[in-house]
This record gives sequence, C-alpha cells and structure tokens, in this order.
Amino acid sequence: MASRTSPVDPARRAVIRQGLSVAVATGLYGISFGALGVASGLSIWQTCVTSLLLFSGGSQFALIGVLGGGGGVGAAIAASSLLGVRNTLYGLQLTPTMAPRGLWRIPVAQFTIDESTAVAIAQDDTATRRLGFWVTGAGIYVGWNVMTLVGALVGDAIGDPKQYGLDAAASGAFLALLWPRLRKREPVAVAITAAVVAAALVPVVPVGIPVIAAAVVAVVFGLFTRSRVPDEQKPDGTPV
Amino acid sequence: MTVWIAIIGASLIAFALKFAGYTVPPTFLEKPKVSRVTTLLPAALLAALVVMQTFTTGSQLVLDARAAGLVAAAIALVLRAPFIVVVIAAAGTAAALRAVGWP
Repeated sequence: MASRTSPVDPARRAVIRQGLSVAVATGLYGISFGALGVASGLSIWQTCVTSLLLFSGGSQFALIGVLGGGGGVGAAIAASSLLGVRNTLYGLQLTPTMAPRGLWRIPVAQFTIDESTAVAIAQDDTATRRLGFWVTGAGIYVGWNVMTLVGALVGDAIGDPKQYGLDAAASGAFLALLWPRLRKREPVAVAITAAVVAAALVPVVPVGIPVIAAAVVAVVFGLFTRSRVPDEQKPDGTPV
Repeated sequence: MTVWIAIIGASLIAFALKFAGYTVPPTFLEKPKVSRVTTLLPAALLAALVVMQTFTTGSQLVLDARAAGLVAAAIALVLRAPFIVVVIAAAGTAAALRAVGWP
C-alpha cells in the first residue's frame, strides 16, 4: 500500500487538501447549529444527537427552525426531509464511484452530503473521487459534531461564523471545484442554465428543490441533445 | 418527547433518502444515455451549489459579502491560485467587508 499511497502523487495530495479545506470551513459551521439548537429550545443532548444522526446541514437547520418556531412534529420532519431529497440524487451520482457493499453502505450513505459529493465528483478518476469523498465526508462528520457540541455549550460566545467569512469560503470552494469543468462549451452551457434555473426557483419553491431542478437541467440536456464530438473518455466515463 | 420524535423521525427519513440513491443497479447507470446525463450532472450540481451557497438565505435571493467573496475566488482561479488560496481569498474578502459593516 505504501507505494500506492506515496506522498509524491500530486492528484492524491491535491484532493486531500481540497477535502480538508472544505471540511474545516464546513465543520466550523457546526458551531452555529449547536448554538441555534439550544436557542430553539432543544437540550444540549438533543442538539448533538441531531448532528450525529441527521447529519445534513440544511435539513438540521430546517428541523430546529420549525420546532423553534412552534411548528409541529410533522411539519418539522417534512421540512427537514424535503431538503434531504437531493442526497438521494447524490447517491445515484456516486454509486459507480463508491459502489458500497454490505455494512459499508451505512457510513457511505451517512456521509453523502453536498460537500462530500461536490469534492468527489470534481475529481478525474475513481480512486481520487473515493479519496475525496472519504476525506471530506469523514472530516466534516468529525468537525461538524465536535463543533455542534461546542456551540451548544458556549452558545454565541465565539460569535457568528459568518463574521469569519466561512459561508463565503464554501462558495469559493464550490466554484473552485466547478472551475476545471468549464473548459468545454457543453458543461459551460449546462452550468449556466442550471445556475439560472436554480436562482430563478429560489423564491418560489421550497428550499432544497432548486438543486434538484438543476439536476433536471442536466438530465434534459443529456437526453435531448447529442454530443458533438465523439466522446473522448477515460475508462470510468469521465470526460478528459 | 415530541422533540425526540421529530429528531429520530427526521433522521430515519434522511438516512433512507441518502441510502436510496445507492440502491440503483449499476447496469442502469451504464446505459449510454444515462452515462451521458451523469457526465453532465457535476457541472449542473456544482453550479447550483455555488448559487445556493452564495446568493440565497432561506427562500430569498440576496446579494451580500458572499458575492464579493465569490468574485475574489474567481479572480484567484483566473490567476491559477491553488485551491486553499481560492478558499481563503473568498473567506478573507467576506470577513473584511463584514468587519467594515457590509451585511
């Protein structure tokens, strides 16, 4: 194994660095969930269990938002679940890469979130994709849960993560992951259309749906247009 | 007690949704049309994530310090900066603007 994972492989080093920087920025955000969870009336214990079991930022904020606002159990579960639908899509996209079997399907499924998917699918081959998924997913899982506890204990004492620009850090990370794909005309067209469709839908559909609509753009594009040049593809199906 | 029911219920559904994505047979994903779609999906998903992360708060479109952070990230990318520099440029720009009173 030592030779395969030797530190000289720049692709592996690059993906580890990407995964860790996304994990740090996202993990630190757990502090705002911890603080907000307690502020919404959950106990410290309940707040931490939510991060451990639910583990999907948007869904968690939606859950405590509804509960804190006096909404019922059904409404809280519905809001949370609606936001989780996109994770199904991510699993679909990651199946050929991760191909989890048996009990491995549990951690793989649990770590399937925006950030781990984003880092994984941005890589060029299956090995680095898998590495990106594990580094990002496990890194965020640890960071998010530790920081949830910290946030629940100290509340707002450390301040809003926004103050440190951590929300913008995630924006920059997503753009950096998208960037290398924008060299060909077709993905550029898909990316722009998806971005416009997602933005247009934000005010009119429930949170979480715009990302799914963006995926529909790719589906429509893929099914109803023809690739102009014969696909120059690597064995795993990634465009060169 | 109701809070626990909400937490456990939402967690079970969240896990089921995540898990469901991995139950699709690989043969389906190998079909040419499907594989063409999955090749295009990353660009669409990543572009949407950029939009959601940068320009939205809940169900509102907003323009705040994150947008400036994104511009800084784009400049860093044009200059071929490494990933971590791009991320820090975005965070630093947003943090600096918020320190002087931007939303």
